[in-house]
Parts: sequence; structure tokens; C-alpha cells
Amino acid sequence: MTKQLLNKFDIDKIRNDFPILKTIVHSKPLVYLDNASTTQKPQAVIDKIVEYYTSYNSNIHRGVHLLSQIASEEYEDVRTKVQKFINAPMSEEIIFTKGATDSLNLLAYSLGKQYLKAGDEVIISQMEHHANIVPWQILEKEIGIHLLITPIDENGDLMLDEFETLISEETKIVSLVHVSNTLGTINPIKEITKIAKSYGSLVIIDAAQSIQHLPIDVQDIGCDFLVFSGHKLYAPTGVGVLWGKMDLLNAMPPYQTGGDMILSVSFDETFFNEVPFKFEAGTQNIEGVIGLGAAIDYLTSIGIDKIKKYEDELYEFLRLELAKIDGLRFIGNALEKSSACSFVHKSIHPHDMGTMLDMDGVAVRTGHHCTEPLMRCFKIPATTRASISFYNTKEEILVLCESINKAIKMFN
Amino acid sequence: MNELQQLYQEVILDHNKNPRNFGVLSPCTNHAEGRNPLCGDHLEITINLDSNQINDIKFDGSGCAISKASASIMTTLAKDKSIDEVKSIYDKFHFVVTSKKDVELDLEELGKLAVFAGVREFPARVKCASLAWRTLISALENKDSQVCTE
Repeated sequence: MTKQLLNKFDIDKIRNDFPILKTIVHSKPLVYLDNASTTQKPQAVIDKIVEYYTSYNSNIHRGVHLLSQIASEEYEDVRTKVQKFINAPMSEEIIFTKGATDSLNLLAYSLGKQYLKAGDEVIISQMEHHANIVPWQILEKEIGIHLLITPIDENGDLMLDEFETLISEETKIVSLVHVSNTLGTINPIKEITKIAKSYGSLVIIDAAQSIQHLPIDVQDIGCDFLVFSGHKLYAPTGVGVLWGKMDLLNAMPPYQTGGDMILSVSFDETFFNEVPFKFEAGTQNIEGVIGLGAAIDYLTSIGIDKIKKYEDELYEFLRLELAKIDGLRFIGNALEKSSACSFVHKSIHPHDMGTMLDMDGVAVRTGHHCTEPLMRCFKIPATTRASISFYNTKEEILVLCESINKAIKMFN
Repeated sequence: MNELQQLYQEVILDHNKNPRNFGVLSPCTNHAEGRNPLCGDHLEITINLDSNQINDIKFDGSGCAISKASASIMTTLAKDKSIDEVKSIYDKFHFVVTSKKDVELDLEELGKLAVFAGVREFPARVKCASLAWRTLISALENKDSQVCTE
């Protein structure tokens, strides 16, 4: 079956682009199915980082010397790459952060200070990552906002009708995950944005689990802010993006202060630099940003539509094969899903499952996936989660299933 | 025995399936809860203590096979023992699960604790095996307490 795909998608070539996929784990070939935690890096990204450190390592936006000019150009070019990748209107609207968590914290802090007052409502959902829960909880305590939670049904689909009863003129922000890292649910963000906008609310989309799997167009979605992490997009760790509409970013106060984010400083008064530099205090993760640019180039060369098509077929195969295993239950059966597939087994705890699979070279994530409220909703402490990427194959999924069956035999 | 069989020995699989002293003592003199936030394990230990002697002990909660078997075996070892005796068994247990692979263990002397020797090969699972013991020690030191592995 893989052969059919090969015509459109050269999987052997793609696997060759990722040197780590040749790793041997516990004497077995690595089967990396923990892509929702972090993705592996293609050679192109690794080479780009090496190039930066061997050829033009220097600080950006500071030096008149040549190396600094090259590094600054490389860094700023990535802003345009990200802009095109998510179809943002302006490259200056792209702010580099440490990751999706940092971007959400920036928003909560900065919008919280500028825009929210006691009694205002912020709506999130039951399937949020802790990163889109805790920063708002802090504003509940500090400012007195109300945090409202859109529930999900037993399949893991967002309950749109409940969302419509929660939203009101008091709602100032709707902050929603695009794709659930635990359930794989793809939320109808365009529809939700439309509803939220009709009440005058701002909309934040957490694209940490969608940016690497689905084409993203912020203008088509109609949202005000979108965040994601680089390391889930085949780029290095420690780099992420916050995109926001320019008028909103202009009105927001800085999150951190220090070097590079100022125009002038005296002991009497400081003038902040313009967006995006206002939000990028101190020396940035230059290698990370440059690596992110290389990752975007790499993905664009393959085509995100092609990636989606291949991953959709692989995901369906994963679900079909897992469904054949006796005693296994999916956590998350939403209509539209992507990449992440959580399951539990009636007689094996996920942690034991994870150890069993690891010994066969299969890397999965076990635990609550930083979505504890969601675990409580399904009345389970943890799941095993397999999450795919376009470098995975059907053969690897069969290795996963065989390993699960081996574990079941041992525990029964 | 390969590493996996060493980790999941028959005794551990049996205690996982049929945990001993499972449940909650009510009333009890001492109580503690232990959590491993990374894997979602949650254990509750209840004890009836009479002048430094553990007259009865139960554990409740959910966890992986290693944490459940460890809790179950621990209750069988701690029953009718003094606090000092339990603490010295814990020291032995701690040594078993945290010693380096090449350190030779006197399996005979370790008795029931010998089944946890396999945990040494799996650093990620030491927390699972230790949760019940750390919770018990905490319950003995404070009447009501919470333990977290992180």
C-alpha cells in the first residue's frame, strides 16, 4: 500500500532527510511516534544551524560589521517566511518567542494589562493544554476576570451549542486550541471565530498541533492572534511565534523589557521600539529562528497539502489497525482529527505500555499530556498516545500494533 | 531473563492483578496521598498506628503495574512492624531501585524486595516504584500529608 503513495510522495527520500530515523533503540530500529511532543529535525535544519555558527555567528540588530549584518538579514528573512507560511498581512506582525507557551503567556500578560478588567470573560475549552489554561487562571486572581470553559462531548468534539450559550457581550477573549494534542480533534476555528467576532470578542488560536499538519491561513480564519512552537514544526526547541494584528500589537504593552526593545533610554523616560521589536527583549534565539526558517523552507518544498494528504491516509491506517486490538479503547473519536491518537487498554496502564513499546524501539508518549482537566473529563488518569508525522510509514504502525499485542500477552 | 522480564516479574504482575491490602482504613490514625504528576499515578495510604507499631495498613488509588505492585508488597512488609523497622526496609528498597546496574545485590537478604532489582535498568520507572514508600514514610511522619514526585 505504501507503494501507491510513493508515486506522489517519496517516503524513502523523506526518511533520508531525517538522520535520526536511522537510530537503533534497544537493538531495534527507532519507530518515532511521539511527534506531538516534538518532531525530528531534517538535515536541512541541522545544516542551517551549523552554517550559522560556522559562518556568521554574531548578535543581530547591533553591529555595523558584516557578520552581524548577515545574521540580522537571515533572522529577519524568517519573519517573511513565517508571514507567507501563515498568510499574515505583514511580516512585522510576526513576533519570535520561546514557543507557544511563551506566546500565550505574552498575550495573557500584555492583553490582560491593557485590555481586560474585572468581570470580563475569557472563554477557553475543556481540551486546552495547560499553557492555555494557567495564564488565564492567573488573570482570574490578579484582575478578577471570569474564565469560562466550553465543554466537549464524549467523542471529544467541542459542543458548539454550549459555546453559543457561554458567549456574550462580556466575552473579551476566546482562546482556543486548533488541534487537541491529546484527542487529535480538529476544532472548527473559522466558525467559532465568526461567532466570537459577532460579539466583539478577540480570538486567539493555539496552533501548536496544527501548524505542522494543516495549511494555516490567518486571514481566512479571521482570528486576531495565532501562536505555535518551532520544535513541533521540525525546527529547533526554544523558538516559537506569536502572530497578531498590527493595530492590536501596537496597542499592547511590552511583555519583557531590556535591550533591543527600546528606542531610547534615559533615567527619566524610556521609549519603546516599534512592533515586532517591542516584544523581543534581549538577545533572541538567533539559531532557533534561523533554523525555523530552514524548516519552513523544507516543508514548503514538499508542500503542506501533500503532507496533509499523506498523513491523513496514514492516520486512518493507524486507527484501523489499533481498532483490531482487543481491549483497546480510543480516547477521542471526533469527526475531524489529525496526527494524535490516544488510547487506553483495559488491563495495561499507559506507563507500562510505554515501557513495553520502548523496548521494541517504539517511542510514544504516556501520561496526561499536560491536559489534566481533559483526563478528568474522560475519568482516566492517563493515556498512551501515538502521534504521526509524514516521515512515518504503515510498516512502523504495524510494528507499534505488534508491540502492543506483545504487551497484552505479557500482562494477561 | 531479559530486561523486560526482569522488570515485570511474575510476582509484580501478580500483585498488579491481585493487590493485597487494597482499600481505605476508616477510621485510621495516619493518612497520606502521593502523586506522580507525570504519569497521573495517585496513591492513598491509610494506617492504624499504635505506640509506634503499624497495626494495619491499606493502599488505594490507581497507577502502573510497578507502582501498584510496589504498594501492595510494601503493605505486606510493613504490617505489624515498628516505624523504625519500616524505615530500615525503605532504606533497603531505596538502595535496590537506585543502585548502579553493576552493583551486586544480595537477593537472598533482600527477600521480597529482590523483585524490584529490575527497576534499576529503567531510570524512568524508579519514581513509580518509590511513590508508595515515600507516601508511607510521609504518613508516618505527618498524620495527614501530600507527596509529589516532581
